[in-house]
Amino acid sequence: MSTNQKTPEELAAQEASERRATRVAALSFGVAILAALGLVAVYIGGGDTQAEGLLLTVAFGGVAVGLGVWVKVIIGHELVVEPRHPLRSTPDARQAFQSEFDDAVDAVGSPARRKFLGRLLAGAGASLGLALTVPFLSLGPIFSRGAQDELFETAWTAGKRLVTPEGQFLRPEDLTADQIATVFPEDAGTPADSQAVLINLQEGRLVATAMPEPDGVVGDLVCYSKLCTHAGCPVGLFRAREGELICPCHQSLFDVNAGAAVKSGPAGRPLPQLPIAVDDEGYLVATGDFTAPVGPSFWNMTSRRGE
Amino acid sequence: MSQATPEVKETPLQRVASWADDRLHLAEGSRKYLRKAFPGHWSFLVGEIAMFSLIILLVTGTFLALFYTPDTTLVVYDGPYVPLQGQEISAAYDSTLRLSFEIRAGLLFRQIHHWAALLFVAAILVHLLRVFFTGSFRRPREMNWVIGGLLLLLAFFGGFTGYSLPDDLLSGTGLRIGYSALLSVPFLGPLLGYLGLGGEYPGAFVLGRLHILHVMVIPALLVGILTAHLVIMVRQKHTQKRRPGATEDNVIGEPLWPNQTITMASLFMFTAAVLSLLGGMFEINPVWLYGPYEPFEVFAPAQPDWYMGWLEGLLRLWPAWEWTILGITIPSAFIPSIVIPGIMFTVMFAWPWIEVKWISKDTAEHHINQRPREAPVRTAFGVASLVLLAVIFVAGSNDVVASELGVGLQTLTAWLRALAFVLPAIAYVVTLRLMQRLDAASVPATASEPDATAASRS
Repeated sequence: MSTNQKTPEELAAQEASERRATRVAALSFGVAILAALGLVAVYIGGGDTQAEGLLLTVAFGGVAVGLGVWVKVIIGHELVVEPRHPLRSTPDARQAFQSEFDDAVDAVGSPARRKFLGRLLAGAGASLGLALTVPFLSLGPIFSRGAQDELFETAWTAGKRLVTPEGQFLRPEDLTADQIATVFPEDAGTPADSQAVLINLQEGRLVATAMPEPDGVVGDLVCYSKLCTHAGCPVGLFRAREGELICPCHQSLFDVNAGAAVKSGPAGRPLPQLPIAVDDEGYLVATGDFTAPVGPSFWNMTSRRGE
Repeated sequence: MSQATPEVKETPLQRVASWADDRLHLAEGSRKYLRKAFPGHWSFLVGEIAMFSLIILLVTGTFLALFYTPDTTLVVYDGPYVPLQGQEISAAYDSTLRLSFEIRAGLLFRQIHHWAALLFVAAILVHLLRVFFTGSFRRPREMNWVIGGLLLLLAFFGGFTGYSLPDDLLSGTGLRIGYSALLSVPFLGPLLGYLGLGGEYPGAFVLGRLHILHVMVIPALLVGILTAHLVIMVRQKHTQKRRPGATEDNVIGEPLWPNQTITMASLFMFTAAVLSLLGGMFEINPVWLYGPYEPFEVFAPAQPDWYMGWLEGLLRLWPAWEWTILGITIPSAFIPSIVIPGIMFTVMFAWPWIEVKWISKDTAEHHINQRPREAPVRTAFGVASLVLLAVIFVAGSNDVVASELGVGLQTLTAWLRALAFVLPAIAYVVTLRLMQRLDAASVPATASEPDATAASRS
């Protein structure tokens, strides 16, 4: 394309390179055709993710190479110079626009009347906007009685037995030292906010004074909320020797011997304790709800303490 | 009909074009765009890669949406994946497994879709860096800088809502953390949480709402806002690198037709080829290995997609500061998950004005790009920000890094906290000095073009 005064040799060289490029492009397009048809065959024949991916790669790649060679070698480099005009309109054009606009405004009525009606219209628009936005509050149960309590309460109440996700009740002797179990309140399913972890501590390591409810333990058995107080992940890792529960999401570390206090990591408060006891038939039961709201903290979570 | 031109036979394409022009008056207005100039530097093509990724996301995503069910109702899995046979799983997870194992080309499209999402965010970021470090956001392009930032935000939300949909164990964990961040907002948190999920976590409508956001609201916004981005770009014309002949009053580049059109088509095909290779050969997000989501289960190490790494890192690095003042608790997650990202995005959005007000004082119009050395403070600030993001990003996998390095997690975290202050400061000073020295050394290089030089120094 860009041929300005070239010697015969240069012209011949260019012709040769364009011929070569044409062959490459043709070959690429040909490969693309074969790959695409091959893809259809593989698909009809039952499909195979890897083969389909490779054939699709070759088909797209063939077209890409063909087009690339076509534009870079056969069409060649070409530069155009486009003028750039100022973005700002000329003063005359601005003036003309403004006076035409103002003339039309004047036709709407006297300035006083315009102001009066304009204000009312703005008020109507704002009110209508509010009325149309308010239904977004329907998205959550914020008007239903008790919705505000949801964050403070779980399905645990006094007397509810501890049950594993598999549906087993637990007796104190079911857990040997260093063993843990995820438990839920009986007959409640597996509600996310009620998940708790029952731990059989090593003998003599319990620091009773550090427990929010020192009476809510059974021997060396303690029970805590399994929801991390940082970002709500289940505190799923237990390091028995150190007596640490670890949250795998952001590595908060809780001391299970001492009220699940935060030993390190970004969590801001201990895991709430679930007070437990043993019922008449020898099964572990809760003696109440958790000692604090479970899971990640929120702004008014201390507002119901001691109620 | 006249007999004058019987031998001029129109091709089918010409007939269609004539038909359209007869009705829409196209030829006259469109002619000038045939020769529209595209500055031909490779870095100008990165934004196009983002756009092509979006197109591929829309196409593959439409296919996936035809099979996905946003439903948490439990069903018994009876498909071909043996380890999960007989287990109760959600209909959403079930539909993802069926799409992956039983629908022909389903896994291919799912994996291409996921890879394309990663590339989409990456390409937007690289494009953003190009625009930032060359000062292409300066007047008159502040609007497109902000619009580009919105596209980046939407890409984040698109990715997050997307990988939350399969209802596997990893996606549920990410959602749980996102909800906790929302909950941590003082005064509004519980309200926002209820409104978002329809109740306390996990809520009644999570998947349905994420789904409609992911397949309708976010794509519609992306396409709409991208259109504005492009229309404004055409209206204002491209910026260009300083080169012989380039001035503030012209644009030099390859013409749209045929050169740039074919280059773009080739680049699109190339992008599609790379994503096909990744989607076909490189496993991504194997949700069947993670298992179904149970709120009381989790696995370690749990990590989000790469572009969420900085948020994850902030959550891991921030100290356990939680205060209750007058009965109002500021949760420990609030500052790292809401306040700091909010500040970062605000600075990004406001950068064109920040620069004019406090750094360059330059309110003139610019169409010729700067070299990074010509704006040492901006370049130093950009490099320092990148270094900070890199430290935070590493912190996002502090558990993995600690065990790889054989150091204690707390030790590593303490180091990373210090590095998050020290390294960006060092990067700032070093970059500033380097740029100033380079700039001083390269003054003659631009002297031949008075226009350009005048424009870049105020």
